Amino acid sequence: MKSYQLIPFLPLAAFVINILLGKRIIKDKAHWIAVPAVLASWVISVFTLFDVIGGKVFNEDLYTWIISDGFIVSVGFLVDQLTAVMLIVVTTVSSLVHIYSVGYMHGDKGYYRFFSYLSLFTFSMLMLVMANNFLQLYFGWEAVGLCSYFLIGFWYEKKSASDAGKKAFIVNRFGDFGFGLGVIMIFLTFGTIHYEPVFNAVNGIVGQSINILGYDISLVTLIALLLFCGAVGKSAQIPLHVWLPDAMEGPTPVSALIHAATMVTAGVFMVARCNPIFNLSHVAMNVVAVTGAVTALFAATIALVQNDIKRIIAYSTISQLGYMFLACGVGAYAAGIFHLYTHAFFKALLFLGAGSVMHAMAGELDIQKMGGLKKYMPWTYWTFLLASLSIAGIPGFAGFFSKDEILWQAYASGPLGKIVWFLGAVTALLTAFYSFRIVFVAFHGKFRGTHEQEHHLHESPKVMTLPLAILAIGAIISGWVGIPPLIGEFLGIEHSDKFGAFLAPVVGHPHAEGTHGEEIFVMLLSILFAVGGIITAFFMYIKRPEIPVQLGESMKTAYRVLWNKYYVDELYHLIIVRPTFWVAQSVIVGVTDGKIIEGIVNGVPRAIGGFSEILRRVQTGFAHHYAAVMALGLLIIMIFLIL
Amino acid sequence: MEQMNTLGYPILSSVIFVPIIGAILMLLIKRTNESLIKWSALFFSILTFILSLPLFTNFDKKTHKMQFVEHHEWIPAWNINYSLGVDGISVLFVLLSTLITITCVLVSWNSIKTKLKEFYIALLLIEGAMIGVFCALDFFLFYIFWEAMLIPMFILIGVWGGPRRVYAAIKFFLYTLVGSVLMLVGIIVLYFYGGKTFDILKLSVMNYPYSMQLWLFWAFFAAFAVKVPMFPVHTWLPDAHTEAPTAGSVILAGILIKMGAYGFLRFSLPFFPDASKAMTPVMMTLSVIAIIYGAVVCLAQTDLKRLIAYSSVSHMGFVTLGIFAMNVNGLEGGILQMINHGIVTGALFLSVGIIYDRTHSREIADYGGVATVLPVYAAFFMVFTLASIGLPGMNGFIGEFLIILGGFAAKKWAGVLAATGIIIGAAYMLWLYQRVFFMEVNPKVQGLSDVNLREIITLLPMVILIFWIGVYPNTFLSFMHVSVQHLIDRLNIGTAPEMTLAKLLFFK
Repeated sequence: MKSYQLIPFLPLAAFVINILLGKRIIKDKAHWIAVPAVLASWVISVFTLFDVIGGKVFNEDLYTWIISDGFIVSVGFLVDQLTAVMLIVVTTVSSLVHIYSVGYMHGDKGYYRFFSYLSLFTFSMLMLVMANNFLQLYFGWEAVGLCSYFLIGFWYEKKSASDAGKKAFIVNRFGDFGFGLGVIMIFLTFGTIHYEPVFNAVNGIVGQSINILGYDISLVTLIALLLFCGAVGKSAQIPLHVWLPDAMEGPTPVSALIHAATMVTAGVFMVARCNPIFNLSHVAMNVVAVTGAVTALFAATIALVQNDIKRIIAYSTISQLGYMFLACGVGAYAAGIFHLYTHAFFKALLFLGAGSVMHAMAGELDIQKMGGLKKYMPWTYWTFLLASLSIAGIPGFAGFFSKDEILWQAYASGPLGKIVWFLGAVTALLTAFYSFRIVFVAFHGKFRGTHEQEHHLHESPKVMTLPLAILAIGAIISGWVGIPPLIGEFLGIEHSDKFGAFLAPVVGHPHAEGTHGEEIFVMLLSILFAVGGIITAFFMYIKRPEIPVQLGESMKTAYRVLWNKYYVDELYHLIIVRPTFWVAQSVIVGVTDGKIIEGIVNGVPRAIGGFSEILRRVQTGFAHHYAAVMALGLLIIMIFLIL
Repeated sequence: MEQMNTLGYPILSSVIFVPIIGAILMLLIKRTNESLIKWSALFFSILTFILSLPLFTNFDKKTHKMQFVEHHEWIPAWNINYSLGVDGISVLFVLLSTLITITCVLVSWNSIKTKLKEFYIALLLIEGAMIGVFCALDFFLFYIFWEAMLIPMFILIGVWGGPRRVYAAIKFFLYTLVGSVLMLVGIIVLYFYGGKTFDILKLSVMNYPYSMQLWLFWAFFAAFAVKVPMFPVHTWLPDAHTEAPTAGSVILAGILIKMGAYGFLRFSLPFFPDASKAMTPVMMTLSVIAIIYGAVVCLAQTDLKRLIAYSSVSHMGFVTLGIFAMNVNGLEGGILQMINHGIVTGALFLSVGIIYDRTHSREIADYGGVATVLPVYAAFFMVFTLASIGLPGMNGFIGEFLIILGGFAAKKWAGVLAATGIIIGAAYMLWLYQRVFFMEVNPKVQGLSDVNLREIITLLPMVILIFWIGVYPNTFLSFMHVSVQHLIDRLNIGTAPEMTLAKLLFFK
């Protein structure tokens, strides 16, 4: 076994140990199993990254999983540049979240269970990113979904938590429905579902089409769109975004790890991984770009008015994931993955910061009941501020580089690119605004909670603030490996976009067409929007706090629509949930099974002269009666046939 | 003669007759000596399981021919023979039967309180008969086992069942009887057409005229469809499952309803390849209806066992879909899914039985917060739930994926519609789990004791198999490859045009 193959299995071992022995033996020492395992995975991942930087690419099968006719699937690992980046992201954030959870989950009665699930999640996510074929990807895909289900519903006694977990799983199944069919289409088209042969052969199917309900649809477009269905579910894009805000019912470290930094980015990873397929379909690419851009703006508008700190950040996550898809859709996969990587740091930091606040305020989520937390929790405040500057896109911070790269690549990719760029740019303004709305409302001003809460306000323990500090460093410097050449030249750094160059062997180079002037314009505009958003938030929530109230009253309808998240949940309830239950209850139980089939079954014997009555009487006896009837029947038939 | 028995002793006969002999010996035990009754039932079921293990280890995976064959003249006047054998399609069901019976004995340990002796005797008789069904190579013998199994099953439901047991037992009996009688007619027709032979192997390679194939296909269909059960002849299943004692439900779900699908594989397909091919669209339509219909109706159930029973309709829809996809992926997926369903649904019924012993309620509304009170039990149930909804890494996924793949390759619409069943499947199972295990603790489950060692031993083999098949299905798939390929070669001689359900119903 090569060392990189241990990366996923160490957390798996930790899971097995904790889940079997946690309840009786390990108990509140569960982190002594889970944390070393994930740290070891992190160390190996770092070494693996250097191997890959040194030019190695691993693609090896462990064993053959399924053999059925030509359907032969292995469990195996592909570690190339893309996977190496994902390994670092996953193991880094997972390690920090593990450590943070030691403090955050301290004293919870499900302590060992929590760490078991974290380990299982880490294993699943690593299997997902290391897969060398689509079915193993699907395995990881569903397994992370399962862990998400476990962890969202971690406090399962709460109805809302168990509802949210169930919802996440089922909504994801809608996406996986398409994803699964996509995998099947790939197999039937290529005769294999291993990445390498599929991606090598994919050029050969250009121009082929398939007839569906009388329409000819390009095969490659169909495959790409089916795969994208899965991504839409997992990465919470319109129209399957509804599960992610509810997922905030889970413990906050989970939100940071699964619902911000890693699992929800699996869709982006998958699209980038399948870039040889997506590249061949303009239609699919445009769908990806538009879905991403629309989702980015849509979620950002909802985030403007929410008061639940975790939900704001959740909508922000949906929005940022939209950016990543936007990038993939215009062919700038490297930029999408770059944003995935920077986002992992600042978004995990935002969530963990929110968790730190909740920890201090006995679980309070409403930012209107916070205020002035800056002086009570300096570490939390400053790290949260850095993360907010990063997500807002202030130059120098990680978020600036990745977001700017996406917007520029979109702008430079053609006419549709201009449209999605515009949506993305507006989103940037909103992002800066709502991010700093949290900062100003929760951390500045006067404390608005109860006296009891105020009395208990405290900075979180070191085991929690240390991960915050490390992530804050990441939120600043992680972007420095992808400085656009424009700034690189200005600063005198050669080959400043190391990230893009590193990923190029997997995802290629985007073909941006634009002048330096345009690039400067796009960049200055994003900076302007970022600063403008922050200043607006400052003005509205620090200087003139009466404005938001007036605004809400003057635009009541708009406010209500945003507050109710465009009523999407209500719509789904009306058009999917209720009709299904109606069919189940009223049509099937009430009519088809209940009246028609049962009517015939019970009615026929009755109609022919109380046959059932006779049989019932026969059956009050025992086996010999029955045997006699059977023998008689057999005899009659035999006689009948022989004669 | 295709005769192979590398073991040198009649293994199949011993697996069939050890439980039957055990049942007879148990007649000698005093009715009051309850613990001896239980222990001897356990002894015979374990002994049978051990005896069946060479089928697993000594099976030759390189041939489609019948193995461990036994052949003796029985009633020469009618050319009836005692003839047994297994191939890659049937061998795993023998093993599943011997395993499931042990769990049935264990789960009934404390829950059966009346007529103990008769109960365990009936159980062992069922075991012998159902193994006989999977091994018989003579139609007469097959039919005897087929019907013999019903008698103790009928008694099991009718005597140890729930409040509506008599209704359920009669319904079960009526349904099955009607189907079986039609099959019997078919068997007799074959007997005379084939030159007075009941030899299944000989009859299976004859070429029957198309019109005859059609009629016989439907005659056999009547028996098998009821057993599976396929839509629309499924309504006996919820009643029988719900009213049966736990062991009865487990055997019904685990083995008995597999016999319908097994019948399609062993008889309908190879005997009537033209008719089977012609009926493919009809069968696939019925399968897809069963998948979706059975899943949707689960959403309206308030009774634990009834919900799981209806989910069987949906899962068995997958099985028949795979079989009638008539390609290797579909067939292998179908056979594997039969095993999977036996394990998972069997385990679900075992689990329901375990909690029912404590609460004496099957109403979902009487539960809530069980995970808080019985955490180990909840963990087991979670594994079974996840296996049931086809989570990758567990057995259900392999079966369902192969079936959808095969179904899609055969008919795209069938694959697509079947896949929707997986969405609904997640919905009803997770909702069930939520209502029973999550949320606040219902006062009715407060203070209940968690699973004991006996119950853990009952459930553990199921968990192991779930992960074994999920992680390394080749152990089991490799049994099937050659036999399934042989079946497909046989099917490929069929040339009849396809007929749709609409054509069939409206004689277009």
